[in-house]
Amino acid sequence: MYGVSQEQLEKIDTLLTDELLSIGVHCVIVIDTAGNTIAQLDKGKCACDVASFAALAAGNFAAVDAMAKLVGEEEFSLHFHRGESESIHFSKINDDLLLITIFGNDVSLGFLRLKTAEVIENINEIWGDTSC
Amino acid sequence: MGFINVKKKEVQIKIVYYGPGRGGKTTNLEYINTKYRERIKTEMVSIKTHGDRTLFFDFLPVDIGKIHGFDIKIQLYTVPGQVKYNATRKLVLKGVDGIVFVADMQRERRESNLKALEQMRENLLSHNKDMLKIPLVMQYNKYDLKGEGVELLTVEEMEQDLNQELKAPALEASALTGHNVVATLKKIISGTMIAFRKELQ
Repeated sequence: MYGVSQEQLEKIDTLLTDELLSIGVHCVIVIDTAGNTIAQLDKGKCACDVASFAALAAGNFAAVDAMAKLVGEEEFSLHFHRGESESIHFSKINDDLLLITIFGNDVSLGFLRLKTAEVIENINEIWGDTSC
Repeated sequence: MGFINVKKKEVQIKIVYYGPGRGGKTTNLEYINTKYRERIKTEMVSIKTHGDRTLFFDFLPVDIGKIHGFDIKIQLYTVPGQVKYNATRKLVLKGVDGIVFVADMQRERRESNLKALEQMRENLLSHNKDMLKIPLVMQYNKYDLKGEGVELLTVEEMEQDLNQELKAPALEASALTGHNVVATLKKIISGTMIAFRKELQ
């Protein structure tokens, strides 16, 4: 069992709000690789069941990671699913955490990737040496 | 590994139902889903093959109320039992806090139980976890087949095969009728919570 401080969680929430929700992302979730939800923020536009989503996302990420290793890659760094009105982008924050964003057609994938790269760097600083 | 969210005042715990194929892991979760429908806010997630066998996992989140002001959220998973899906079983075990080993009481399934347990030990080791140290409950399933013309192993034989070294709490059960399904769940939740308390101390 592990935990992080309230201050760390608040900093992560602020970061996700300022950097991702502000550019039009509908929902952003930080999960660990076991499927636990660390943070979840949305603009009221995301009606999905977050616990189930986190479990499936962690499983999906782990499966793709295992596939990468089977073809001799260390990892596939971009996981992206495009839907008609909602798309999902997965990023690895570190060995323990994943960042998932759900966004509509009004957000450019390129801009989102730039933003998530910044957010990942900042979350790693906040997370420090917390180990899951 | 369980996560304590001090901001939301909640604890998330991962419990995995593990065991040989067609042993009753999914049936356990289906029974819990039906029995506690009013407490479960979402639908059970099942990723199945066309033949209705578990392909990846089943997932069922259950809220069990508060302890010391913290909401306890139990996340129940099953693994796919078929031999060929071991890579997937390993993935599902990542971060596990407690395990229910669902063994099949049918005599013809004796070897499958033993193989599944041995493979679970290896899979846990790949996550640096020791099977002897993780909270675990043994469930001897399909007790309802007694008297149905199917040859069953006795509880003593099951204990000797699977639980001599582990000495885990063990219950004979029927996932199909619900006999001891809830008792198994309560046992693993209390075992996991006790382990957490020790860890926090």
